[in-house]
Amino acid sequence: MEATVMNDSKDLILRRIREALKTPAPVPGGHDYSHAETTPSRPKPELDNFRQWLPKVENDFNSQWSLVTKSFNALKTDFGLLDSPTQLIDFVQELQRSENWKRIAFHRGALVTPVVDSLQTEKIEIKSGYDCQDLEKCEVGITECDAIIAQTGSILITSRSAGGRGLSALPPHHLILARPSQMVSDLPAAYELLYQRYGKDYPSMISFITGPSRTGDIERIVVLGAHGPKKLTVALLKD
Amino acid sequence: MSATYAQDFKENSGRMSQDLTHRAVIKKALNAYELKRDENRSKYLDWQEARQAAAEIKWEAINHLDRYLLEMTEKLEARGTKVFWAANAEEARNYVIQLSQEKKVKSIIKSKTMTSEEIHLNSALEKLGYDVIESDLGEYIVQLNDEPPYHLVFPAMHLTRTQIQAIFKNKLGSNTSDQPEELTMVARDIMRQKYLTADMGISGANFGVAETGMISITENEGNARLTTSFPKIHVALMGIEKVLPKLGDLALFLPLLATAGGGQQITCYNTMIGGPRQKEEVDGPEEFHLVLIDNRRTELLSDTEQRDALHCIRCAACLNVCPIFKSSGGHSYGTTYQGPIGSVITPHLRGLQDWKHLSSASSLCASCTDVCPVKIDIHHHLLHNRRNAVSQSPVWWEKILFIGFSAVTAFPSLFQASLKVARFFQPLHGFIKGSILDPARAWTQTRDLPEIPAKSFRQQWKQRS
Amino acid sequence: MRIHLYIPCFVDQLFPKAGMAMVEILEKLGHTVEFEESIACCGQPAFNSGYWEEARKVAARTIEGLESAETVVIGSGSCGAMIHKFYPELFKETPLSEKANALAAKTFEFSDFLVRKLGVTDLGAKFPHKVTFHDGCHGLRELGIKNQPRQLLSHVQGLSLVEMKEAESCCGFGGTFSAKFPLISSAMGDVKCTSALETEAEYIVSSDSSCLMQIQGLLSRQKKPLKTIHLAEVLVSR
Repeated sequence: MEATVMNDSKDLILRRIREALKTPAPVPGGHDYSHAETTPSRPKPELDNFRQWLPKVENDFNSQWSLVTKSFNALKTDFGLLDSPTQLIDFVQELQRSENWKRIAFHRGALVTPVVDSLQTEKIEIKSGYDCQDLEKCEVGITECDAIIAQTGSILITSRSAGGRGLSALPPHHLILARPSQMVSDLPAAYELLYQRYGKDYPSMISFITGPSRTGDIERIVVLGAHGPKKLTVALLKD
Repeated sequence: MSATYAQDFKENSGRMSQDLTHRAVIKKALNAYELKRDENRSKYLDWQEARQAAAEIKWEAINHLDRYLLEMTEKLEARGTKVFWAANAEEARNYVIQLSQEKKVKSIIKSKTMTSEEIHLNSALEKLGYDVIESDLGEYIVQLNDEPPYHLVFPAMHLTRTQIQAIFKNKLGSNTSDQPEELTMVARDIMRQKYLTADMGISGANFGVAETGMISITENEGNARLTTSFPKIHVALMGIEKVLPKLGDLALFLPLLATAGGGQQITCYNTMIGGPRQKEEVDGPEEFHLVLIDNRRTELLSDTEQRDALHCIRCAACLNVCPIFKSSGGHSYGTTYQGPIGSVITPHLRGLQDWKHLSSASSLCASCTDVCPVKIDIHHHLLHNRRNAVSQSPVWWEKILFIGFSAVTAFPSLFQASLKVARFFQPLHGFIKGSILDPARAWTQTRDLPEIPAKSFRQQWKQRS
Repeated sequence: MRIHLYIPCFVDQLFPKAGMAMVEILEKLGHTVEFEESIACCGQPAFNSGYWEEARKVAARTIEGLESAETVVIGSGSCGAMIHKFYPELFKETPLSEKANALAAKTFEFSDFLVRKLGVTDLGAKFPHKVTFHDGCHGLRELGIKNQPRQLLSHVQGLSLVEMKEAESCCGFGGTFSAKFPLISSAMGDVKCTSALETEAEYIVSSDSSCLMQIQGLLSRQKKPLKTIHLAEVLVSR
C-alpha cells in the first residue's frame, strides 16, 4: 500500500515541538485572583485523587444501588434486579413478548447463553465473520458487560466482553445482562478495573454507555434513539 | 485581505446583533443547557479543584508533548494502527485522499470532527467525487443546508425545527412534521445503511492517551460508535494537542468535558479505541489510521504566554457563556473555531493581522475564563493578541491617539485644559448628535451620552480644601 | 488610616458625585482621605487597545504618584483590576516591576475595602427604593468581588434588593470595544437592561460608573424610567 510509504512529517513536527518547548510555560492557575495569594498545596492530579473533586459516591452497596437507579431513571435506562436465573429468563421473555422480537443478536457468555437458549426466536450469534446486514435486522442485541458505574449510571463494555463493537450499537434495543457485584463506585474505580483486567492487552474498543442514544441537536430538545439503541435495559441477576 | 475578514466580521456581527429572532433562538437553546450545567456542576465535591487538576494534567501533557506523542504512537503502531503525522492541512487531506484512492473507497461516513472542518476535508473529497456524509445529526443538518457548523458542539443550534423541517423537505423530499423526534428519525433511517455500506469511516478524537495508545471519542448519538465499528477503514483525525498522559486521566476529563460542554454528568457514549480489529475480536475495522495534525499548533506552542490555549478540549463552554457569541452568532466569526477560544487561537492558526479583529471584539468580561474547565486564560490572551498585533504593526491613527493621550496625561494641566474644551463644546453636540459629523457617533447611534456635570471631581476637591 | 482615593478619569469628569460620596464615607469612618491631582488616568484604554508601551508611560505616572500612599482605594472594579491585576503584568521585567507589584498589593476596590479590609457593612444609609445590582465584570471576575456590595446594600434602610437574572452578565461597555463594535455592545447592553427591567426595580446600582454610563445611555435612549446610581451614592443617602 502506497499510503504507508507516503512520507510523513514526524521528524519535522517533533523538531518543531522540541524547539518550542525549550522555553518553559508558567504553570496553570497563576491568574487566580485574591489579595492574599497563597498557593495551596494540592494533592497530585492523578487517578487516586480524582475522587476528592468528582461527585461523591458512598462506599456501601445500598447507597450505590440507590444512586445508580436514580441515574438509570433520569437517563431512561430500564432495569430489573432479579433473584434467580428463572426470574431473569422470565424478565427477558416478557420483554420479548411486549416488543415482539422476531430476531435477536447475542454473543455467548455465562449469563447470556442460558437466557438466549430459552427464547423462541430467530437468533444471530455474533462471532467472527458475521454479516452486519443480519445484525441490522435484529430488534435487540444482548450482551454482557465489564462493570456498572454507580456514580454515573454507566455501563462499561469492551469489544471483548460485549461481543465486539457492533452488537451493542446497531440494534434498536440493547439488553445488558449483569451481576450486581459488577457495580463499581465511580469512574476512577472503573479505570482501576480496566488497568487490572486488561493492563497487559487492551481490547481494541472500550466504551462507557450511559443511557440510550440521544441527541439535542434540534432546538436542544432531547430525542432518544438518534443513531444508537433507542432503548437500553440492564437486567441484573443477584449473585 | 485583513480588511476583508475584519469588515465581514463587523458587518455580519452587527447585523446579527440586531436580529432579535436569532437572539431568542440562541437564548432558548442555551437556557436548558445552563440549568443542566449548573445542576451537574453543583454535584462535584470541588469543581474549582477539578478544573485545576485538569489544567495541571494538560500542562504536563503539552509541556512534554514530544514524549507523550511518541509514547502514544508507538503503542498504537504496535497494535496495527497506521499513524500519519501531518505538518499542515494539505498533508492531512492528501493522506486521506491517497488512502481513499488506493483502497478504492467510494462512500465515506463521518462522525463529528472539528479538525476535519479545520482542514476542509469534505470539500476536497467531494471535489474528487467521493460520497461524504456527516452522521452527527447537527452536522448532517448544516451539511444539507450547505453551511459550516454554527457552534463547536451544537452545529445547528441556530436553526429552528421549522427551518430544519424545510431543509429536510427540500433536500431529502421528506414529508414529516416539525417535531424533533420525527426529524431525528428521518436522519436515523437514512444513516443506518450508510454505516453498513460505507468503505471508510472518519472520526475525530476528543483525547489521545499516551500510556495505552488510544484515542477517546465523546458523543451522545452513537454515530461515532457506528462509524468506527462497521466500515473496513477507520481514519481518525486528531490535533497533536489532544494527548493525555494516562488512561486514568479520562476519569476526570470525561465528566469534565460533558458537564462543561453539554451540561451533562457524562455523555451517552465515551469510547476508547486502541487499534483496528484485533485477533480474536469479532468485528471492527481492518485498518485504523490516525492522522496527527500540527497545522501551526506548534507555533502556538512556541508562544509560552499563550501555550495554555493548547489545553483546550473543545467543550465550547466559553461559547455558551460569551455575550459576544450570543449576539454575533457563530457564523459571523468566519472561523472553524468560534467564540472566545476561536478568537484566541485563530490568529495563531491563520495569521495575526488577518484575524486580530476577533481579539478586539471583546468586552473582556472574563466569563470565558471563568467557565473554562481547563483554566485557559482566555480573555487575557485576547489582550495579548491585541498587544502582539500592535507591536507587529500598529494602526497609525490609534498610535497617534495613544501617544497623544500619553503626552496629555503627562501634564495634568494640559489634560484639564483639554477636558475644559470638551466641556465647552458639549452643548453644541446636540446639533450633530448621531449624524456622520458626530465624533461620538459610534456611541450615540444607540445610546445617550451622560450630561457633563458643572464641576468635575477635581474642581470640587480643590474647592473643599 | 491614611487613604489615598483614586478617582478614575470618567468618575472625575462625568460622575463626580460618586467620587464625593466615597470621600464622605471614608471621612465619616474617621479616615484621612487624600487625592493625588497629578494622576490623570490608569492607562487602561491604551493597555486594552494593545498599546502597552504608551500605557506604561501613563501607568508609570500613577505608580510614581501613589508611591508614598499607604493604602489606595478605587471606586471602580475596572480601574482596580487594571492596577491590582494588570500593572504587575504590564511592568513585568521592567525597572518599575517592584513598584508596580507594591502598588498592586496596597490597592483595593471601594466596596471590597469597606467590607473586607475595614470590616464595615453598615453605614447608616437610608434609600427607600427597590434596586437591582449589576456586577461589573472586572470587579466580579478579575477581583472576585461578589458579596461585598450586597452586604453593604443589605444594611441600607428601606432598600430592597431584587437580583436580576443577568446580574453577572456583561453590560457591553468594555471601554473602546463599545465604540469599535457599537452594535454588539448595544445588543449586550439590551440583554442587561431587559433583565433589570424584569425586576421592576427603580434603580440599577453598581460599583462601576463606566458600566452605568453604558446602561443609562441605553435606558435614556429607550425612554425607560429605570435609573442608574453608583453604590457609593446609595451609601451616603439619608
